[in-house]
Amino acid sequence: MTPDTPRPAAGAPKQRGRARRRLNSALRMFAALVFAGGIYAIVAPGGAQGAAPLTPAAEAGKALYDVSCITCHGANAQGVPGRGPSLIGVGSAAVEFQVETGRMPAARQEAQAERKDPQYTVDQARQLGAFIQELGGGPQLPEGEDFASKGDIARGGELYRINCSSCHAFSGGGGALSSGKFAPSLEPATDRQIYAAMLTGPQNMPVFGDNELSPQDKFDIIAYVQNLKTDSDPGGWGLGRFGPVTEGLAIFLVGVVALVFAALWIAGKS
Amino acid sequence: MKRRKVDLKALPGKTAQEVDTRLPVATPLRGMLNKVFPDHWSFLLGEIALFSFIILLLTGTFLALFFEPSLQEVHYDGSYLPLQGVGMSRAYETALDLSFDVRGGLIMRQMHHWAALLFMAAIVVHMFRIFMTGAFRKPRELNWIIGLSMFWLGFTEGFAGYSLPDDALSGTGLRIASAIMLSIPVIGSWVTTSLFGGEFPGEIILSRLYILHVFLLPLILLALVSIHLGLVFVQKHTQWPGPGRTNKNVVGERFVPRYVIKQGGFFMLVFAVIALMGGLFQINPIWLFGPYEAAVVSAGSQPDWYVMFLDGSTRLMPAWDIRVLGYNIPPLFWPTVVLPGILSVLPMAYPWIERRWKKDYESHNLLQRPRDVPDRTGLAAMALAFYLVLTISGGNDIVADKFHISLNAMTWAGRIGILILPPLAYYFARRLSLGLQQHDREVLAHGVETGIIKRLPDGRFVEVHQPLVAPDEHGHTDLPYVGWTVPKKMNRLGALGPAVRGFFRPIEQPAPPQQEEQPREEVTSGKP
Repeated sequence: MTPDTPRPAAGAPKQRGRARRRLNSALRMFAALVFAGGIYAIVAPGGAQGAAPLTPAAEAGKALYDVSCITCHGANAQGVPGRGPSLIGVGSAAVEFQVETGRMPAARQEAQAERKDPQYTVDQARQLGAFIQELGGGPQLPEGEDFASKGDIARGGELYRINCSSCHAFSGGGGALSSGKFAPSLEPATDRQIYAAMLTGPQNMPVFGDNELSPQDKFDIIAYVQNLKTDSDPGGWGLGRFGPVTEGLAIFLVGVVALVFAALWIAGKS
Repeated sequence: MKRRKVDLKALPGKTAQEVDTRLPVATPLRGMLNKVFPDHWSFLLGEIALFSFIILLLTGTFLALFFEPSLQEVHYDGSYLPLQGVGMSRAYETALDLSFDVRGGLIMRQMHHWAALLFMAAIVVHMFRIFMTGAFRKPRELNWIIGLSMFWLGFTEGFAGYSLPDDALSGTGLRIASAIMLSIPVIGSWVTTSLFGGEFPGEIILSRLYILHVFLLPLILLALVSIHLGLVFVQKHTQWPGPGRTNKNVVGERFVPRYVIKQGGFFMLVFAVIALMGGLFQINPIWLFGPYEAAVVSAGSQPDWYVMFLDGSTRLMPAWDIRVLGYNIPPLFWPTVVLPGILSVLPMAYPWIERRWKKDYESHNLLQRPRDVPDRTGLAAMALAFYLVLTISGGNDIVADKFHISLNAMTWAGRIGILILPPLAYYFARRLSLGLQQHDREVLAHGVETGIIKRLPDGRFVEVHQPLVAPDEHGHTDLPYVGWTVPKKMNRLGALGPAVRGFFRPIEQPAPPQQEEQPREEVTSGKP
């Protein structure tokens, strides 16, 4: 600013007029927005988020959420880039699965969260599930704890072999996927967890929605998987049911070693 | 009634006499019964294969009584509940019945399978023994080739047996086999369609595999086993060098009675191990695999261990499509057709390769210790490393899963390992052999290390050696290197073999301590 530069006298009223015009248009815009917003508020369907009160279970879930999930999944479960995905629409089934199997809260960022001792009780997990469910909706588990008894084992076996065994292996022991990912063992899984896994496709698992596998199909598969665990190996020790790999190991470690010892013994007796 | 007098003591001799006057067997039998076999534990490895083969024939006959290689579609109605009502082939149904409804069927199935694994394992271990000791050299090249052929026949026989029950694992294996055949240029599709009678799986393949598995291959194997053993008889067994052993004699035990008794005992032990494994360890639980369907491929689908190296080579092979004359050669062709081709021809030619390499055209009845031919031992280690990397890669998904390693890392470790580990194994085995040889030569030149360190008047420390013979004026003994054990410890001196044979090492029993009986004075109070 150079003080010796005189302002043109004619410029002042012109500037004032422009400011007034701007103020006017801003006020008009504000009024229009208020009007539009007011109309929307009146016409739009009610129950906007945050407005509807949460059920007591969901309230308890929110309290838990705000302590240990919020860091990665965000204040409104919208997800945090680079940390955790959005939970809007995942449903209570996914939450129950992840929390009850101890996969969430995750220990660290890695190819796949592993099953570990759960941090929350079943009740707490369901409260968390209720919160996420009320927040964004999504798939839910059917009532009850025992799904296996509702299923047909033989039919479940057929479905298991076609849909599940390519990753979880014929024995349910799990298998390797690419780049450090894996299909976990089904050994510790409960009925509800297996159902939830099929319904929500956690980690690297595909989703088997009710159009792919009907609830009855899922009960059948659960019946087969649970039977697989109780099915004590009639042939002796199952060698981990890993198939020919451990069998090959056994023939060398047990068979060949024992017989080489026998050969040493017999040849020494002369 | 007058009792006829029979001299019981003269009866065997008399009977033999009667037989011999009709069938002139005494002279050839005498030679055979008096045949001398050298005795060493490593000569018994082939017997494990022989005895497993006998057990395979016995258990296989039992299984054949109940198994039907039919692809007829049935619905299961046996006692295994999780498969109740499931559609399957008759072959799979009878295999399940064998496992659950035939008395003793499951242990027979398991013994058959374990015996098959042991048969192949013993063949491989025996083959390594033969290779590393140079037992394949002239005049035994033919037996070496027969042995290698038996490995590949056993391989095919095992694969056919693995495919017969028509469970999901069998079917997956067969599918891979058909894919391998399809990958052969020019003739691939003809070979596949003629073997399967059309498109995979067809309806005829099990019948064909069955006749192959229970008749053709066992017959050929049996014939080859006979020739193999006959040649050992005719050419005589090789022996280790050592005192009293030359290239022209055989030092050992007579065939009858000692060798036969020992072998009979060994057969019982092999039988026992197989029976124990069949009873204690579950193998090939076909009821878990389910019936074969084209859509069913389980994770962890592996062939039996002796086929696993080809699975591994396939997993390691990069996906290189090579175009020749406008035709595509699929990458599957190289690891599954070309590689086994090389692996079967190269070892068969090895005896002649080594003859030219080492310029050794002589006949050899004396074995060589692995350390005495470092190049060959290095090659054996190289082959072993190559085979191990491939076999582990064949199960790399199981390893990756159970040890929490990335499957991609396993594949790359295999690819790099297959190039780097065999040369390393060659180098280390060769250095190891040379080092062991050097130590033997040291003992021959200087004597056994006594462990006594002496300090000389000028302050030096030297270890006292016990020379094997009287040394010359420089303290050296000039003993020839014969390629046999030299004593490395003082208490092995002067013994052809250990005086008291122990299990692994001689039991050195120290002489009982001599205590001189000293007259003791009675302790008294001192009063008379």
